[in-house]
Amino acid sequence: MSADELSKSPLKRTPLYDAHVEAGARMVPFAGYEMPVQYSLGIIAEHTWTRNHASLFDISHMGQAVVTAADGKHETVARALEALVPADIVELVPGQQRYSQLLNASGGVIDDLMVTRPEESDESGRLILVLNASRKDIDIEHIARQLCEGTRIESCPDLALLALQGPKSGDVLEPICPDSRKLAFMQATRTQIAGCDCFVSRSGYTGEDGFEISVGASDAVTLWRALLANDEVRPCGLGARDSLRLEAGLCLYGHELDETISPVEAGLTWSIPKRRRTGGFPGAERILGEISASPARTRVGLHFIGRAPAREGAKILSKMGDEIGVVTSGGYSPTLKQPIALAYVPPEYASADTPLTVIVRGEPLDAKVVPLPFVPHRYRRA
Amino acid sequence: MLKYTEEHEWLNVEGDIATIGITQHAATQLGDLVFVELPKIGASLKKGAAAAVVESVKTASDVYAPLDGSVVEINQPVADDPTIISADPLGRGWLYKLRVANLADLDGFLDEAAYANLIA
Repeated sequence: MSADELSKSPLKRTPLYDAHVEAGARMVPFAGYEMPVQYSLGIIAEHTWTRNHASLFDISHMGQAVVTAADGKHETVARALEALVPADIVELVPGQQRYSQLLNASGGVIDDLMVTRPEESDESGRLILVLNASRKDIDIEHIARQLCEGTRIESCPDLALLALQGPKSGDVLEPICPDSRKLAFMQATRTQIAGCDCFVSRSGYTGEDGFEISVGASDAVTLWRALLANDEVRPCGLGARDSLRLEAGLCLYGHELDETISPVEAGLTWSIPKRRRTGGFPGAERILGEISASPARTRVGLHFIGRAPAREGAKILSKMGDEIGVVTSGGYSPTLKQPIALAYVPPEYASADTPLTVIVRGEPLDAKVVPLPFVPHRYRRA
Repeated sequence: MLKYTEEHEWLNVEGDIATIGITQHAATQLGDLVFVELPKIGASLKKGAAAAVVESVKTASDVYAPLDGSVVEINQPVADDPTIISADPLGRGWLYKLRVANLADLDGFLDEAAYANLIA
């Protein structure tokens, strides 16, 4: 077996580094950070725990930033951001969160991100962004360059971010954060947990009910310990986070999303509301064209007849033997106990049950297209 | 006597047959194994070529042939249940047996102390 290639550049640590090591984490380089890939019980146990109880993830490596309007008006900052993303930001009500994509001029995805309008009136004219770790520097530079006069972006490196995910998350959080009860999926509020000032949103990236909690770096360990004090909560690493998001059929930047892939191809058309389908965002011509006609390729889920997982990069053939696409994420589903994969294929091969062939180590494997998500979402809708 | 490679395989040679598996260290590093692909009986293997594949939830890792030889037996139970490898990598979790082409090639592997030093 080949040895891991360790990055030579110095790795950053989140405020929870010591807590991870103490909890038995295996730390690995990820997006320039030393992050826990798993704890002692392993990825499958952590994954299964998240689907049945509640798990706590350190996602402090992700970017947090705030976009502000000098005039303090929501409409000003929202219109500025709408020039960069295809979501409806102007009509966000206070305390509401949206998923969207930063787009380049050709409609490719620079990053996918969460945008939240704070609830409190003294934060009017502010939008809070959560960005992917591997893209945050690129994003902030891009946004800073593109924002119109009177608006600006600031990164928030002094904040940590924790994700509490799983069906027991609400029960865990409510006693120590009564404000969390009022939140439905994609709503956020400022509150306190264990004496720490927090910004809590009901969201996540596992397909389960859950919360993402932004907290000052100096309070991160206090919050981490307060949440782990509940027996329903276990720490969970990035390995399980990846298998959970794969089962949930969610895109991961650098795999399902990159600067060549449009949100329509990625199956994210749902995140472009009617009000924005007249344009006014980068790459609108391509994206609106793909919505009204059809994109060159589309993201699908695959099940396999055999037990061998197909990994990223595996070629996909039609049953006629034509090379039609490639696997972007593939792995083992601990919930379904079988291999699953996300892939891009032309739309004519994208309907459920279409038989396809995937080449794994030179061998053709039988696969078929299945609807996404692989495992149903269990968000807490309003 | 058990010998080790720098690529985290072990081999146990009796006569001209080498039983081959992955080390406890490798099994620990890989974590939960979900799939194993073993070589075919009769396959002719070249030293350094991929002989088997062990896959964890996240990644596939090649297991290289430590010697030239031909595959005489495979451990079908680990193909049916890869968790056996994680549970007992040096025992029930062996992968395959190789008829060694040239016994002179057996020099140069690590003994237990040298391997322990490598992973320390």
